Amino acid sequence: FPPVSFLSLHHLCLLLPSLPTDATAVRVLLSGDFKVSQAETRPGNDASDQLGAAAMEASLRAHRPAALLIFAFLSLLSVSSSAAQEIQILNAERRIDLSSQVAIVFLTLKVENTGKAAASDVLLAFPPTEAEHLAEVKAQAASGKKRKKTYAHLIVEPTDVPDAPNGAKGFRLALHNPLSPGETTTIEVLYMLTHSMEPFPAEISQSDPQLVYYRDSAYILSPYRIKQQTTFIKTPSTNVQSFSRVEPTNRAGMELKYGPYEDLPAYSYSPVLVHFENNNPFAVVEELVREVEISHWGNLQITEHYTLAHGGAKLKGVFSRVDYQSRPSASGVSSFKNLLARLPPRVHSVYYRDEIGNISSSRLRTDSRKSELEIEPRYPLFGGWKSTFIIGYGLPLEDFLFESTDGKRYLNFTFGCPLSGTVVDKLTLKVVLPEGSKDPSAVIPFPVEEHMETKYSYLDVVGRPVLVLEKKNVVPEHNIPFQVIY
Amino acid sequence: MPPQTMSAKTDATIGVNGTAKSTSNQAPPPMALPANLKSDLLNKLSLKSFKLKTKQQELLLRVSILFLVYVLAFITRLFSVLRYESMIHEFDPYFNYRTTLFLTEKGFYEFWNWFDYESWYPLGRIVGGTLYPGLMVTAALIYWGLRFLRFAVHIREVCVLTAPFFASNTTLVAYFFGKEIWDSSAGLVAAALIAICPGYISRSVAGSYDNEGVAIFALLLTFYLFVKAVNTGSLTWSLASAFGYFYMVSAWGGYVFIINLIPLYVLVLLITGRYSVRLYIAYNCMYVLGMLLAMQIRFVGFQHVQSGEHMAAMGVFFLMQVFYFLDWVKYLLSDKRLFETFLRITVTTTVGLAAVALGVGTASGYISPWTGRFYSLLDPTYAKDHIPIIASVSEHQPTAWSSFMFDFHILLFLFPAGLYFCFKRLTDATIFIVMYGLTSMYFAGVMVRLILVATPAVCLISAIAVSATVKNLAQLLRTKSKVTQGGSSKAASGSKASSKALLDQSQPFQRNGAIALLLGVFYLLSKYATHCTWVTSEAYSSPSIVLAARGAHGNKVIFDDYREAYFWLQQNTPTDAKVMSWWDYGYQITAMANRTVIVDNNTWNNTHIATVGRAMSSYEDEAYEIMRELDVGYVLVVFGGVTGYSSDDINKFLWMVRIGGGVFPVIKEPDYLVNGEYRVDKGAAPKMLNCLMYKLCYYRFGELMTEYGKPPGFDRARGVEIGNKDIKLEHLEEAFTTSNWIVRIYKVKPPNNRW
Repeated sequence: FPPVSFLSLHHLCLLLPSLPTDATAVRVLLSGDFKVSQAETRPGNDASDQLGAAAMEASLRAHRPAALLIFAFLSLLSVSSSAAQEIQILNAERRIDLSSQVAIVFLTLKVENTGKAAASDVLLAFPPTEAEHLAEVKAQAASGKKRKKTYAHLIVEPTDVPDAPNGAKGFRLALHNPLSPGETTTIEVLYMLTHSMEPFPAEISQSDPQLVYYRDSAYILSPYRIKQQTTFIKTPSTNVQSFSRVEPTNRAGMELKYGPYEDLPAYSYSPVLVHFENNNPFAVVEELVREVEISHWGNLQITEHYTLAHGGAKLKGVFSRVDYQSRPSASGVSSFKNLLARLPPRVHSVYYRDEIGNISSSRLRTDSRKSELEIEPRYPLFGGWKSTFIIGYGLPLEDFLFESTDGKRYLNFTFGCPLSGTVVDKLTLKVVLPEGSKDPSAVIPFPVEEHMETKYSYLDVVGRPVLVLEKKNVVPEHNIPFQVIY
Repeated sequence: MPPQTMSAKTDATIGVNGTAKSTSNQAPPPMALPANLKSDLLNKLSLKSFKLKTKQQELLLRVSILFLVYVLAFITRLFSVLRYESMIHEFDPYFNYRTTLFLTEKGFYEFWNWFDYESWYPLGRIVGGTLYPGLMVTAALIYWGLRFLRFAVHIREVCVLTAPFFASNTTLVAYFFGKEIWDSSAGLVAAALIAICPGYISRSVAGSYDNEGVAIFALLLTFYLFVKAVNTGSLTWSLASAFGYFYMVSAWGGYVFIINLIPLYVLVLLITGRYSVRLYIAYNCMYVLGMLLAMQIRFVGFQHVQSGEHMAAMGVFFLMQVFYFLDWVKYLLSDKRLFETFLRITVTTTVGLAAVALGVGTASGYISPWTGRFYSLLDPTYAKDHIPIIASVSEHQPTAWSSFMFDFHILLFLFPAGLYFCFKRLTDATIFIVMYGLTSMYFAGVMVRLILVATPAVCLISAIAVSATVKNLAQLLRTKSKVTQGGSSKAASGSKASSKALLDQSQPFQRNGAIALLLGVFYLLSKYATHCTWVTSEAYSSPSIVLAARGAHGNKVIFDDYREAYFWLQQNTPTDAKVMSWWDYGYQITAMANRTVIVDNNTWNNTHIATVGRAMSSYEDEAYEIMRELDVGYVLVVFGGVTGYSSDDINKFLWMVRIGGGVFPVIKEPDYLVNGEYRVDKGAAPKMLNCLMYKLCYYRFGELMTEYGKPPGFDRARGVEIGNKDIKLEHLEEAFTTSNWIVRIYKVKPPNNRW
């Protein structure tokens, strides 16, 4: 997480999980507004299909730099005349935090309706390369004066922008109160990009620091005219090898400042490239399969299969144990050897193993509020190295399984990956229900793919229904509760 | 009925505690006692009105003791699972595990036709035709059975627990065997002895998933069924023994012992004039059927009728026919002199024919000569001179006295006593067990690992000794007490006392002596139990893949370097990479790292192993040529210099030199020695200091401080400072070294670009 000093305090509330976390609140939600909440998720599911289609289209696209160039060229040419031109952005500020392997971007937009009709939604635009790596988009609208600001979460959903150049992807923010002509409002957007930093050089030796490229545009890509905008980029260290200049550009310590730029037309784009040192662990979980098995005897058994990789610059040539042991500060700075898994409290029978047996290097700390499992893979991970392992644990059922008023049971559990600081490329969550349970359905605050399976376990006759939920590009912000009702 | 059976059971447990001293000859296993006491307390409260007849009581007692022994045999083998984890141990079990996994995944026919590309690169291995499938099929059947019953077990768990499960079954067989050759109390003692005997435990702890685990069960079962068949003359039992033999053949190469011991036994019976129709039926049925069944195992096939090791059985089979024929002729011919002439002619022609057949068979190559391993059994010095690869294996070494003591403990002294009892009561069955005991004891002396085969015999014979002794002593005590009781009530009526009592009274301190002797026996047996438990826990329950040591503060330090390295190989090398290592690690690399190896523990091709030995003992550029020829991508060496782990490749290196030199005379052992001494420090031979193995083990080791107060590059396994600290590698580069340096992996560089 970026430090507080860089972000203003209200940004932080965006970072925090927004859904009710305690069980009672969920119970109210489920017993009372159950229908509504389901209805709300429906469009989201439809939209996920669109997103998938968009990602497909993007992946079909040509080489990345080439696309960017053409994109920039076109965007300079485009004398914008879009349909959504009744809105303009008075002031935009973008803060890009590159201190971890995930690029975290905060966007503050001051939006004005210049048209004649009331505007009910605002559009965001992303270049296709970014849209592909977009893990999470959250938005909130601020209202009120400085001290008494209140925030309201906005529903964000992908949408087609018909006249967007070069396949730019759009997201629609539905405003709670339509913006009447002449009115202004402030919208804050948080989004995260995974795999957005490219190691360069792509192969380093054990003693080298890891340098990465970050590509973006100096101008904020937007379907609207922006009166004034500034972009801040925060790098993890002061070691910035080079950065593109789009005047005015300033660099102070760990911060780069692009802008302010005045009065840019819609879809303005000016590619910039920042080359800097980033030795943060690029721990990428390429695939995570979490299996949550409900036993009505009082246990919730979680089994997590990880395929972990170091997504940073590949290790070139030798790995020397002498150097690694005797000069820890100068050798293998970008490698990592341990990870922290945050598990729910009251966890028991924790195990950590892989297919050839138990891995003895792990430590478990528990207290009444949380459990922390510190694990070390069998060997330190250098760039390009992989490891697979399994973490399993049991939890008391009464903490997670509840009964709703209509006689159904529901499971309230956390969705994302418990390993902190990792990015999950593909997460499959399997909820194994007790044998004989019927009609399971999931309530999840973001789009996922769903299907059913059957699993046979101890003394089963007809097999247990398994609800399988799949999601790509999962970041720690997805560690929010979801419900499975059966 | 249920309440009755319930109370019957409770009575029985009381019986165990109450009457154990007098009726049962064997103290119940120590581990079971506390549980018994508890149930005793509970049961005293319940109904005690049901009085069982003595016979029923005895039966219940026997069943419950046997049950406890069964459980004990299982749980005493679980030390390693509790201390480490449920994992496969050692080297060979990894191959068995890998094949079992293949069998359960792909099915039997795929398994039978499996050609394994991952071992013996570039030769490969026809797995289906070169292994004994009994173990794998057994484990797979158990696995499928459990799966069918919807127990979601993993195949690994099944494999880990197969050996203890079969050890438990062996105790049952031992009981019945003991009952057959002596009586049921001897059977009980035998079951209890074999349940915890270290000689057997060494190969059957949980995780030791090896052929011997099920083979000892099969061996004892075959012997038991055969003895039963000889005793009864029943076709059913001999048929059963043929199937037992089939199972043994499918499980272990040690079946050769059966197929030689049984003919030998038959021969002895014939010579001692104990020929009977029972024997004729038992042996013929067992041999013919057993042979046909054994030939179904592909690894055995026609060897069973062609190889030298099996000829004895065939000879005895024909001899039996001759005997029977003579018997029949004797019955027909009333004239004795005529018969004698006939006998002379028949015997001469038979022996002549047999000799000619054997000579022609051997000369034409139809009958293959004995294999090296078989030779080395008959002549312990044979392997040392001729086949270094057999001699290099530690379990093929001649047995030291200490390991006899270690594995048998008091049984070593009870064994001769048991032999004495057997000779005192010679029957067909006791002759068998005596022969089994004596031959297997000889083989146990030749090779360490064959202690395993001797264990059941030693246990059975010792059980006879214990049982007979205790029975005699207890009888003495009983008659004595009866006499004294009678004396007190009926005022000394000496005439009523039996002749035995009279005999007893002639020796004054007999009663006290008997008590002392009984106590002595119990003391010895309890010592045996504690010794067995100690040996099991200390010596035989470490998986050898994971090493454990005590840290400076008494805490347990685990060295998991092997798996660290194997897992690194599996995850971070190309899937078709070939790994060169000494053959010891071959099975583990294919099973855990899933990579192709050049040689492995199935040492069927001596030349190939010698090639690897040669590469390891050559200079780097020569070795590079060999490695290029073999497509080697990675070289793996095991090095204990940092941790003081002594069974590493430097200590095994002389065997590599010997085996390599045995095929390639370029490699000469004296080049690596200084005045016949093997050293790695500054005084080492120059060839030693520059050979590939030395370089790979000690690469950059000279920079490392291993021990406080010692110079850098101090080898803790050998306690010297290494001689060559400035090692440069030209064609290889370090790819991975585990955290304690135990396994080091090097990558073979592609050839230099010429431009």
